[in-house]
Amino acid sequence: MERPMLTKRVVPCLDVRNRKVTKGVKFQNNVDLGDPIEMAVAYSDGGADELVFYDITASAERRPIDIDMVKEIGKVVHIPFAVGGGIESLDDMYRVLLAGAEKVSVNSLAVRNPQIIAEGARIFGSQCIVLGMDPVKVEDASTFPSGYEITTRGFRERTGMDALEWAKRAQDLGIGEIVVNSVDADGTREGFEIALTKLIATNVGIPVVASGGGGTPQHLTDVFVQAHADAAIIASMVHTGDYTIAAIKQDLDAAGVPVRKKW
Amino acid sequence: MIAIVDYKAGNLTSVKLALEHLGVGCEITREPAVIRGADRIIFPGDGAAASAMEHLRELELVEPLRDVVAKGTPTLGICLGTQVIMDWSDENGGVACMGLLPGTVKRFEASGPFCKIPQMGWNTMRFARKHPLFNGIEDDSEFYFIHSYYPVPATGELVMGETQYADATFASAVGKGNLFATQFHPERSGRVGMRFVENFTKWNGQC
Repeated sequence: MERPMLTKRVVPCLDVRNRKVTKGVKFQNNVDLGDPIEMAVAYSDGGADELVFYDITASAERRPIDIDMVKEIGKVVHIPFAVGGGIESLDDMYRVLLAGAEKVSVNSLAVRNPQIIAEGARIFGSQCIVLGMDPVKVEDASTFPSGYEITTRGFRERTGMDALEWAKRAQDLGIGEIVVNSVDADGTREGFEIALTKLIATNVGIPVVASGGGGTPQHLTDVFVQAHADAAIIASMVHTGDYTIAAIKQDLDAAGVPVRKKW
Repeated sequence: MIAIVDYKAGNLTSVKLALEHLGVGCEITREPAVIRGADRIIFPGDGAAASAMEHLRELELVEPLRDVVAKGTPTLGICLGTQVIMDWSDENGGVACMGLLPGTVKRFEASGPFCKIPQMGWNTMRFARKHPLFNGIEDDSEFYFIHSYYPVPATGELVMGETQYADATFASAVGKGNLFATQFHPERSGRVGMRFVENFTKWNGQC
């Protein structure tokens, strides 16, 4: 069978706090890394296939997402980008999409009110509604058959929901894509959580994005080849300047992973 | 002035931002008179065919669009906009569409266990023929796609570019005369896509 020519996506993620890109380990001890707009342009020009922005304190501070920032990004970036954090309603989704984002990411809101997925998909189209999920490994196999429980609010709250069941339910409700962000691997730079990503990616028919733990180009190759992820989110490894998108893609290409090579 | 047709089907802002970046005047509109008077038309869209056709009828935009295409106004369809200009879409159990270009719209079938639908991401387009909108763009360049359905034009001469995904080698660009339409999103396809949009802003509608 001929391989589809669709390329695997390399997606820098910009966690934004007070208009600064920040990065922590397992959702804690965040340090500021730079200006989100400047970094967005640099990644877009440098070969990123998409960008993701999370307004990471909007939810905790109970304020709406920073729409002005979304508008500024839309003006300078000519590749698709997703926005999440502090999405509390269909109105919030609409404002983000109207500001120029291709996709809006829901996480805690979808856990509290799963029907918001169906409503968002009906109004805006499945393709622009992304489910972010933060699963954590658990031992209790009777309650959590997949071995992973969904957490929300940056690992602060457990939900009692099984990760795979939630992924399948979200698919049935009409979600367009699932970002699987491993709480255990987040910020460690020790590799994506292959078993978890593979479990979700091979059990749903929609694209799955691996997130959390990417530290070297080999980690991306592993998650694309072994876990069948459709895209990989990276942060620290490029934010620190340790790797460029071009260098990562060169390695992926050498390993036989289809990537976009011209930009 | 370029009219960006607003029929409640999303992705209007990214098109507007791309045109503003190029310094080209544009207006997001659902007014038939504005559409009829525009120098060029962009007909975008995301979402589903049935509600798109419902909105187009409700807003009484089908006839103005038919008229501007007939009188030679350069017109660019994007994504769902490309699907609803065909005769018929299989989406939502089957929907009669605008019939500005003969053909139908079909759904991808997964070609293997890890083949995901929708197609979401960057894929190459191979030119089926030369076209002014391809000026300065290399053959097999990559564009951004996000879709589960694809156009199947009635005849091969309507195919402008082809892309391979899932079970199909499909027409990722279609056109006839002053009407051109892409399944991909040029406004979000980086530098190559911006060149395509720029070509459209200068196109006189001749091939």
